Amino acid sequence: MGAYALRRVIQAIVLLFVVSIVTFFLIHQAPGGPAMLANPDLTQEQVAEMSAELQLDDPIVVQYGRWLGHALRGDLGNSYNAIEPVTAVIADRLPNTVILAMASIAVSVLLGIPLGVVSALKRNSVLDRAVAGFCFMGTSVPVFWLGIMLIVLFSVRLDVLPSGGMSTIGEDFSIKDRLVHLILPTLVLAIGNLAELTRYTRSGMITILQEDYIRTARAKGLREVRVVLAHGLRNGLIPVVTVLGIMIPRAMGGAAITETVFSWPGIGRLAVESATSRDYPVVLGATLTVAFVTIVFTFLTDLLYGVLDPRVQVG
Amino acid sequence: MTESALPAQGSLAPSRTPPRRSFAAFAWRRFRSNHIAMLSAAILIALALSALLAPVIAPHDPNKVSIFRSHERPSADHWLGTDENGRDELSRLLFGARISMSVGIVAMAIGLTIGVVIGSLAGYFGGFVDAFLMRLTDAMLAIPYFFLILIVVAVYGSSVGNLILVIGLSSWMAIARIVRSEVIRLKGQEFVIAAESIGVSSGRILARHIVPHAVPSIIVAATLGIANAILLESALSYLGVGVRPPDASWGNMLSNSQAYLWNNPLLPIYPGVLIFVSVLAFNFLGDALRDSLDPHLKN
Repeated sequence: MGAYALRRVIQAIVLLFVVSIVTFFLIHQAPGGPAMLANPDLTQEQVAEMSAELQLDDPIVVQYGRWLGHALRGDLGNSYNAIEPVTAVIADRLPNTVILAMASIAVSVLLGIPLGVVSALKRNSVLDRAVAGFCFMGTSVPVFWLGIMLIVLFSVRLDVLPSGGMSTIGEDFSIKDRLVHLILPTLVLAIGNLAELTRYTRSGMITILQEDYIRTARAKGLREVRVVLAHGLRNGLIPVVTVLGIMIPRAMGGAAITETVFSWPGIGRLAVESATSRDYPVVLGATLTVAFVTIVFTFLTDLLYGVLDPRVQVG
Repeated sequence: MTESALPAQGSLAPSRTPPRRSFAAFAWRRFRSNHIAMLSAAILIALALSALLAPVIAPHDPNKVSIFRSHERPSADHWLGTDENGRDELSRLLFGARISMSVGIVAMAIGLTIGVVIGSLAGYFGGFVDAFLMRLTDAMLAIPYFFLILIVVAVYGSSVGNLILVIGLSSWMAIARIVRSEVIRLKGQEFVIAAESIGVSSGRILARHIVPHAVPSIIVAATLGIANAILLESALSYLGVGVRPPDASWGNMLSNSQAYLWNNPLLPIYPGVLIFVSVLAFNFLGDALRDSLDPHLKN
């Protein structure tokens, strides 16, 4: 276990390096340089001066080496647009994405697992079919369109929920206001994961409920609730852990879209904005942060898998 | 052997040999009985035809701006109304279908090619080649490649060619894994060993004896892959880093419409429904093909 964990940590570090190199070269090889240098009001000399100041004229390998040296000491440089340290920009945005991602994962888990269990128990019933249909739709629906449609319904027509943002502008902080703003983005971000989790739980439970030990549990007269929950669900949830491992990366990636639909000031929207304005340091910082979170959670679910299922030989 | 097991002599001869049916005929029979899949196929054919024929059947020039006719309701002249610039919504949808369909199909073809090559090399040669290629696949799955795609199209421009390329380059992993496991399953079988023993080259064994067996799973993965590519293209266009205005794509039409939700709530419905329906249809088709090409996999 220890050796396995160590190997995975080394793999994760290598992966982060690769992501940083790929991202760095992709963005620094972009024709035209940072978007702000394309400002037509700037004179030739000003552009040259700014390029020199940002040290954009050095060979790219030198630039990467310099960036890496600073990055390893926790300094990701300054944002070109905001004239603020990248770490500050990210620290400003990341919590918002984490709130949104956690809320959506909570919704997926709290709805997906019960729906999957009930579908497995009532196989081929009307309810099962309805849930299956919903899952199919949930994985096919373009989330940005779903978001817009929900805005049309709840904000434009019914006028009961806000159409975007994290809080009402000009109003004092209140938990209720924050929660109201969280509802639609959470649902939209949750839909894909919810569908996937329901499907996995259902098929996991169907397999488990046919096992001999379930028959034994029933035969010795345990109540059905106990059979399903204590003996069935506990084992049926093992494959679900795999889904949890891909839910977090997906919530982070999907955040770019959901955050844009609902003007949510998170890191996904930051990545879109900084990529469009070619704010090199921020693009790098945002991509690495997302990669880091993704890799850490994939690693944790792999470890959890080994802990939950003694049959799995980790290593 | 009892009397009843022997049918009457006269009726035996004609029904002795059942009509020979090919694998494809069996698969088609199973597929045909799936109504949702048939409906999906019909919808997709209709969409593909209208995309192909868009220049002929579109009632208006999709990019013709008329400022005085913006946000018109559906009428005989503009069947689905006009957008914020007075452009004909229906014509733009038809031309948008060309983008979505071609990006979906060509990107999938690229991903398919890479996936089949990587998967079969890894599965057939095993050892170091396998370890290296599969680590590469894992790495591609572990990085947030949506962000990398975003960066590429944002900074290198988002011509349709670029979009197809980056989507294709980032969607081969699932296919590589499927092909690899098929190849591993098949390479120990007698007909492969026989081919090896008479000195057939590795490339030929892969191309002629192994990969064809994986075709059913590849077709399924490819169908689902088109759905994914369509979603990805429309997401990028929605974020403003995909197909550039004034060219129409379902994704950028949707993002334009978001600014006018309060005065024209019909506008976002059309492109969204088309994306949803085509993705749904490709997904249903993929599922039905899985059932009909490989009955063992059912459920």
